[in-house]
Amino acid sequence: MRWRPSPEALRLALPVMALAALLVSVFVMRPNVMGYNGLHLLFKLGIPIALATLAQMVIMSVNDLDLSMGSFVSFVACVTATWLVDAPLIGALMLAGAIAVYAALGMVIAARGLPSIVVTLGMSFVWAGLAVLVLPTPGGTAPGWVAAVMGARPALMPVGIAGSILIAVLAHLLIMRSSFGVLIRGVGGNERSVSRAGWSVLLARGAAYATAATFAVASGITLVGLMTSADANIALRYTLLSIAGVILGGGEFTGGRVSAIGAVVGALTLLLAGSFLTFLNVPPDWQIGAQGMILILILALRLLLVRLERRGARA
Amino acid sequence: MSLLRKPWIWSFVAAGLVWFVTIMATGGASTIGLTQATLTFAAFSVIVGTGQMFVITLGPGNIDLAVPANMTLAGTVALKYMDTQDALILPGLGIAIGIGIGVGFVNYALIKALRIPPIIATLAMSFIIQSAAIATNRGLRIKPPDAMADFTTGLTLGIPNVALVALGITAIAWVLLMRATYGRQISAIGQSLPAARMAGLPVDGLRLATYVLCATLAAVCGFLLACFSGGAALNMGAEYLLMSIAVVIIGGTAVAGGDSNVPGIWGASLFMFLVVSMLNTYGFGAGVRLILTGLIIISVILLASGRQGATR
Repeated sequence: MRWRPSPEALRLALPVMALAALLVSVFVMRPNVMGYNGLHLLFKLGIPIALATLAQMVIMSVNDLDLSMGSFVSFVACVTATWLVDAPLIGALMLAGAIAVYAALGMVIAARGLPSIVVTLGMSFVWAGLAVLVLPTPGGTAPGWVAAVMGARPALMPVGIAGSILIAVLAHLLIMRSSFGVLIRGVGGNERSVSRAGWSVLLARGAAYATAATFAVASGITLVGLMTSADANIALRYTLLSIAGVILGGGEFTGGRVSAIGAVVGALTLLLAGSFLTFLNVPPDWQIGAQGMILILILALRLLLVRLERRGARA
Repeated sequence: MSLLRKPWIWSFVAAGLVWFVTIMATGGASTIGLTQATLTFAAFSVIVGTGQMFVITLGPGNIDLAVPANMTLAGTVALKYMDTQDALILPGLGIAIGIGIGVGFVNYALIKALRIPPIIATLAMSFIIQSAAIATNRGLRIKPPDAMADFTTGLTLGIPNVALVALGITAIAWVLLMRATYGRQISAIGQSLPAARMAGLPVDGLRLATYVLCATLAAVCGFLLACFSGGAALNMGAEYLLMSIAVVIIGGTAVAGGDSNVPGIWGASLFMFLVVSMLNTYGFGAGVRLILTGLIIISVILLASGRQGATR
């Protein structure tokens, strides 16, 4: 019997190939990036972006969408740069409270059948307002332990890459291999059958939202560790970046079809696309536009791959 | 009472309440000024919101995130072309509309040909449009032609002109949605795409027309807003991304699609602007203002869902 890759592996192949292609192009253009320091700078912001993308992925696995991701991560960053430094206990309680709010939101959305887009849209105003209240002007400092962890220089690979791999593996085990992960993806796949099987959809959604919030909190904390200060708008672009990362990594908006490793790879691809365009000497005016084109290009390739996958299934 | 069962009545009730509370704060001194300002700013939300409503009617997942970038590009290019000359106003408007039509076409081409989910397709598209706007703008702020500036900031019979334009657009939109075949057909698509396809509706043509309509309305709004605010700014569309979605949903349109209503957009747009000015009047800071705006959006959605649950 001939070995044929599983659909999941095939789905993952594209984002991985896109990341590899971008990386090779960057190496060709700037050979001196190929060392420890070059890679360190290239993937420096990888960990917070990967964590925010995973948070969005967990929300998307229950068929919802979080439009407040960017302002929530900004809020967490503001709390981290102020309260977590001055009064660690109160800061930690605030972050725990924020996670509890997310869990409550998930349950309210499940109980009343509300559209997640609108609820999180409203919440994006709330988090933005809280961030402004916590830190009215840009500033603050990173807590010592966060700065120490994010500034570490592991022996084999830069912290951005090592951290991303670690996060991807942990999230993969949690979402794809644990019974909890199966439950929340089941809610995304077929809510009714999950509840018929005796599970509480209410609690499952609440738990999914709490998990997502935990990832997002980690994203905000690590972001401050890298930037060493915060402001209320520090991560606003994470909302759209995280959605694009999940889709790029092979996830779908519906049906609980997500991939944790894919999401991390998708996030890193978008991150690398920025540096790639700078190295290409794309004029600054067209940088955002070129990122849009890269996104379209990769999704077009995915369509091609899905067609091949179908043909393979028929044969 | 049949009026109370209309899904859009609540946004008007809420807007009226907030209006009253705001007036109370100033002892009725600013009644006319506040009302005119509200009508003016609500008009811009109404125009983009109406376009977004048609797209949302198409069913789950349909949304146009390119609206803000589209507004910016249309405003920038049109003002640059008109170069403050009154004679070029009509061609300038034509250019804005042309940009809208073009953006709508490309949006749907990406959705259809590449099977990209609308959120991502319009998002990627908005990046490209934003770049085009930055490249055209180059930091220059070109003034609108005097006649356009006067028109967009002026009043007719005490009512702001832009509000009258928005009213005209919504009247057409209402006829289009509720009385014309097109509106009934896109509602059918929103309720069930497979069923609409089985019934032989030209699904792709209708969806294409809807994305073009939405992008065109956004472009027209960008044109008016640029003239109103004395020039196009690169971030002028930014707040309309969330606003265009919020006014549609608060106005009582079903997020799942297939059941939309036009009057609610007016109520919700008035409401959203009034909330901000009420909080300003009472002297709240930016942080509290944002938090209360968010909480109010969520409360409205909670109330609306309870109402639907009761009648079901």
